[in-house]
Amino acid sequence: MSLEAVPAALPMVRLEGVSKTYRRGTVAVPVLEAVDLSIATGAFEAFMGPSGSGKSTLLNLISGLDRPSTGIVEVAGRNLAELDDRELSDWRAAHVGFIFQLYNLIPVLTAAENVELPLLLTPLSRAERRRHVAAALDLVGLSHRVSHRPPQMSGGEQQRVAIARAIVTDPDLIIADEPTGDLDRKAAEAVLDLFGVLHQELHKTLVMVTHDPHAAERAGRVHHLEKGVLQ
Amino acid sequence: MVPLFYNARSLWARRLSTGLTVVGLGLVVFVFSAVLMLANGIESALASGGDASNAVILRKGATGELVSGVERDAVRILTTDPAVASGPDGAPLVSGELVVLVTLPRGGTQEMNTTARGISAGSFTARPEVRLVSGRKPRSGTNEVALGSALVGSSPDATLGGELHFAQQRWPVVGVFEARGGAFESELWADATRLGAAFGRDGFSSALVRLRSPVAVADFVKRVEADPRFTLEAKPEPEYWADQASGLATFIRVLGLFVSFVFSVGAVLGAMITMYAQVATRIAELGMLRAVGFRRRSVLASVVAESAMLGAAGGVLGALGALATRWIHIRTLNFQTFAEVSFGFTPTPGIVVGALLFGTLMGLLGGLLPALRAARLSILDALRA
Repeated sequence: MSLEAVPAALPMVRLEGVSKTYRRGTVAVPVLEAVDLSIATGAFEAFMGPSGSGKSTLLNLISGLDRPSTGIVEVAGRNLAELDDRELSDWRAAHVGFIFQLYNLIPVLTAAENVELPLLLTPLSRAERRRHVAAALDLVGLSHRVSHRPPQMSGGEQQRVAIARAIVTDPDLIIADEPTGDLDRKAAEAVLDLFGVLHQELHKTLVMVTHDPHAAERAGRVHHLEKGVLQ
Repeated sequence: MVPLFYNARSLWARRLSTGLTVVGLGLVVFVFSAVLMLANGIESALASGGDASNAVILRKGATGELVSGVERDAVRILTTDPAVASGPDGAPLVSGELVVLVTLPRGGTQEMNTTARGISAGSFTARPEVRLVSGRKPRSGTNEVALGSALVGSSPDATLGGELHFAQQRWPVVGVFEARGGAFESELWADATRLGAAFGRDGFSSALVRLRSPVAVADFVKRVEADPRFTLEAKPEPEYWADQASGLATFIRVLGLFVSFVFSVGAVLGAMITMYAQVATRIAELGMLRAVGFRRRSVLASVVAESAMLGAAGGVLGALGALATRWIHIRTLNFQTFAEVSFGFTPTPGIVVGALLFGTLMGLLGGLLPALRAARLSILDALRA
């Protein structure tokens, strides 16, 4: 597993002629059409658009959770079409951190154990993993909640644990799908502040899908999608 | 690898369904291990009789002492074999023995068949495993009897100092002996001549021959079977008792394992339903694990491991339940001898390990299909669940 950073000169994300069509029975439903896109390394970019515009599909393609019907998706210098399912799993583990709208934490695990999960796929020792987990939870301001389980935490705290889980492996790319969609304004601001830290201080590449204009304001560039077409 | 404590805690989080499944699996493991312990107990009770230096002489073709006959002359000839050991008094240790069935009251109107063994002078000496625990040996030429310890209390007068009634005669109980849990403990021993007279039998059923060493037994067996003066056959005593036990033990083992197999199908389905429910309620968690980089096989292994934990817990529960039966003793008819034998549930480390493996295997099988489903989940569908 490679944990090296991508050379800054290369774009972190490059999409060329990417289309995605789903099949519902015999009907083909186009979701994305001929998307060309480049996201620089260290950028913080947001995608907005109405429901069904293809935002999440685009995010899934960039993060290697889905494959395009046509076109090239290149992330961190790698053409994802060249990877089979197993290689794609390894690639995601090494290069991508995920933040979901509903946090997707495991309720029976503590905050520290949730954060540690992606590290179990690395060759780090137990002691090293603990150090990384402590650092990630410290960064999101949850050092005092290490032993708490998700049901014992507020939504904002759970999302911060999810952010710690996303950054604990020091990935090249952080993908956030509606990260503030389930939070109140105050918790959402705290999460967005953290994104600012990740972007400005840690120079992480962040790609975020959001409906929230306040959240989108934090991004360096905002893309708009309309019926699968990048405006 | 997904950490195992995730699985353990997930099972604990749904402890009602987990507990019910474990109980179901545990019941099957209980039946499985109890049956094996029972068969083992029968073998211990019947087959542990016998000393490696002894040979049992029967009429050729006889399957047991009850259907065998050995002439008194033949017993006398056997004493002349050079390999025969001598007792403390210098007499050759060859004992003609008569085996008959006697009926004793069990209490109320019920009766039970009991093996009565007519013994000769060398019978106790030739069987070092037989040890008097109270009273004394029956005297030659009297109706005195010694009871195997498993018989004590099984009939109203079957106690030291009591008096049994059979063959229209009185038989005072003067001693109680043990035989390391072997078949003799279900017998009563009396003087062979007196017992023969009571039952109108002149000869013996069998002869017990003690040889100078265990290695002399094989040659002795060949000599007896080749001797034109006899129509007898000889068997090493442990082999003879193992043959006596095999019918009943095999019957119980086969029947029990068949029942266990049928039950196990139900238990595996129970585990499968539980694991399907576990997967269904955790689809989003499994999708997250796949998204962050856990491979399909890791998810598959995780679900299978969780199901195996269920099975192992059932195995522990069933094995503990079965171990609790070791204090239960059962009396039943041995179809080979038509006499009642007493035996218990005898555990062995192999049975306990087998029970744990059986439980774990049922869990594994029950988890396979749910695990395949979990591993094949589309990440996107799972994350949207």
